[in-house]
Amino acid sequence: MSADDPARSDGLSRRALLGGVGAAGALVALTEVFPRGAGAAEAQTRRPAAREPLETLTQVEADTLEAVVARLIPTDASGAGATEARAAHYIDRALGGALAGFGQAYRAGLASIDAYARGSKGAPFPQLGAADQDAVLSDVERNTAPGFEGGSAAFFAMLLNHTLQGTFGDPYYGGNRNFVGWDLIGYPGVRLAVTPEQQNLDAKVAPTHMSAYDYTMFSGRKPARAGLDAKHDPHGD
Amino acid sequence: MATELRRADVVIVGLGATGGVAALPLAQAGLDVVGLEAGTWLAPADLSPDELRNNFRGWPQSVQKANREVPTHRPNASAPYSPRPAIHPMMNAVGGTTLHYWAQSWRLNPWDFKVVSETRRRYGASKLPKGTTVEDWPLGLEELEPYYDRVEVEIGVSGQAGNVKGAIDPRGNIFEGRRTRPYPMPPLRGTGYTEMMAGAARSLGWHPFPGPAAITSSRYEGRSGCVYHGFCNRGGCHVSAKGSTAVTTIPKAQRTKRLTVVTEAHVTSIDVDAQGRVRGVSYRKGAEEFFQPASAVLLASYTYENVRLLLLSTSKAFPKGLANNHGQVGRHYFSHNQIATVNALFPRNLNTWYGLPAQGIAVDDWADDNFDHGALDFIGGGNLWVYSDRRPIVAANMSTFGRAPRWGAQWKAFIRENADRGNTAYLQRTTLPYEDNYLDLDPEVKDPLGFPVCRITADYKENERRLADFIQDKMVQWYRAAGALATEKTPVGTMGPTTHAYGGTRMGDNPETNVVDRWGFSHEVANLGVLGASVMGTSGARNPTLTAQALAWRTAEHLAANWKSIAG
Repeated sequence: MSADDPARSDGLSRRALLGGVGAAGALVALTEVFPRGAGAAEAQTRRPAAREPLETLTQVEADTLEAVVARLIPTDASGAGATEARAAHYIDRALGGALAGFGQAYRAGLASIDAYARGSKGAPFPQLGAADQDAVLSDVERNTAPGFEGGSAAFFAMLLNHTLQGTFGDPYYGGNRNFVGWDLIGYPGVRLAVTPEQQNLDAKVAPTHMSAYDYTMFSGRKPARAGLDAKHDPHGD
Repeated sequence: MATELRRADVVIVGLGATGGVAALPLAQAGLDVVGLEAGTWLAPADLSPDELRNNFRGWPQSVQKANREVPTHRPNASAPYSPRPAIHPMMNAVGGTTLHYWAQSWRLNPWDFKVVSETRRRYGASKLPKGTTVEDWPLGLEELEPYYDRVEVEIGVSGQAGNVKGAIDPRGNIFEGRRTRPYPMPPLRGTGYTEMMAGAARSLGWHPFPGPAAITSSRYEGRSGCVYHGFCNRGGCHVSAKGSTAVTTIPKAQRTKRLTVVTEAHVTSIDVDAQGRVRGVSYRKGAEEFFQPASAVLLASYTYENVRLLLLSTSKAFPKGLANNHGQVGRHYFSHNQIATVNALFPRNLNTWYGLPAQGIAVDDWADDNFDHGALDFIGGGNLWVYSDRRPIVAANMSTFGRAPRWGAQWKAFIRENADRGNTAYLQRTTLPYEDNYLDLDPEVKDPLGFPVCRITADYKENERRLADFIQDKMVQWYRAAGALATEKTPVGTMGPTTHAYGGTRMGDNPETNVVDRWGFSHEVANLGVLGASVMGTSGARNPTLTAQALAWRTAEHLAANWKSIAG
């Protein structure tokens, strides 16, 4: 595409059109999950987010993972959480690609969470109430839960890190479905060009609700799933 | 058996920030140049606004050589090794890390070239920190100025001059060294947030100014102006507004028909003849081995790889590694004292979701020797930098300032309210070389070809720690003046692998303490030049790339001008 002015290229006009459709689609999907007037948590109970076919984890592992991420970023009166974002799906998929090196750690860590839940609270993690689940996760975070190779805190940190990726990363990777993560924090979305007005202190910038790969410039070069993963976004350059 | 290729005049190892610049004056002088690059060309469509790929996954779209050679680190020779990061801070491609760097393109300030003599003159010799091996540079700012100027024009730097021919302009940096002319383009535009911070700095009596960047603020030589889309930070530029050498000096050099770019060329050694002169470079491309003969070699990979390749290139003439008969390769290493920063929480949204790390406001009042250190227990200073740049995953990772846990409903409520209210400064500070901070080869960890990776043995010393604390306090003061509710200082960290790695092949007149001479050529091997921040003996308080590029141009021009005596 022309490097002169992407905002005026034909490609972008078409993309903008597609973006409009995409945004409307996202709105419909959100309305399905959260009917107007109903509390989000209530809606969640009535209509759990559809799960995708598993790619790497077993059903038991996936159930534990779903239950964990639902406590890390809970669905509540303020709106959608990691469940609706499909953070667990992001992790399940990434464990077959960019995060493949962490597969064994996940299998062992999720089993250890379940074992600790049974030992300390008398039931597998997914069957515990929210307060008990939070108590279990707090112990895992504080490195006081037994049975984790390398310590439970390290597993917790990794899990939280990947849950954030799956909730706030580009939807292309299987999480942040319907842009619920970006809407939660008010991120106005991927744009290929930003105006001076959109950088004013009090600017109200409408969300684009587009993945990077919804733009035709990038849709032809979607990333492979292979790749490394850093624990942190390194600061400084 | 390696295939021997047709002889070139000059081989450049690495077509990144410095090799990509050096190619141009050599090609323009009519020399036949071969550029060996481990990576490939990347197209604008490879440079997607994708935070996961750019900021977390080590650029899987590029050749993964650097990621398989991450240096090991230990703070000192008897300390345990630090955890080894999965990702190298630099990457492989034509253009190298200039494809995704922040592109802040500073000239050093005059003091940075004369740290020893200026400290002695103003405070006495005892003010120099114990154990430092710092020397004055063999050249001053005035000698480098024409090369800064040339590179600023070639790669396209935007900025506000503060000192043109001695006339101070308070819109720019009043502490800047003398320039012969303004920047080729005006500075990148301000934002609501950066203007708010500039006002706060002025209220303190400080001198804020927009920093320089190798990013187009307007259309420049056929390249688009910056679009401020917010993925510049370790993302490439899809409109080529970032002045990467891949879109500036390298294609320009190719148009002379004198530069041959060889991609996916993994250099394994620099080879010498019986007289100890460089005769060429060995590299692998896939399973094939090649030998590229050349009359001169410019080593331009990166600080860690420059040192590693020299140490790996052993021979009868250089048993401890090429150009290392004085044992100086790997010495005088330091990385920028830039980890300790300040986070701030504001009572209002800042709208910093878009922009770029180079779209910001600097304060140099506390940099270098711009203030009196008489009553202070350190030398040097820091550049304070705030900017408009934030992506969603890193936003969700923001500090909660002790006001919320790291997960759960309370965290969610905090992040929902404050994701656009947090800000983190970028504080770059003077860093010095010391006796016991150095690079060598790791005795155990190897790359996939079986060669040892680079090992860093280095840590910040008292001068860096005191300075970090002082500069953080200034930043806290600035944020508070702008209305921040809360601030927090982050730890100083240690000298692990970084994008600001200096030294290891230091430049200086004395061959006993320096690897290269004042022109960037080895004291021991006349036809071997070294490019990059590995030749720099001081850091300054600002990003190194433009200085490394100006030095690269100067080295290349010197080679072309003295071709017979150096290469003949």
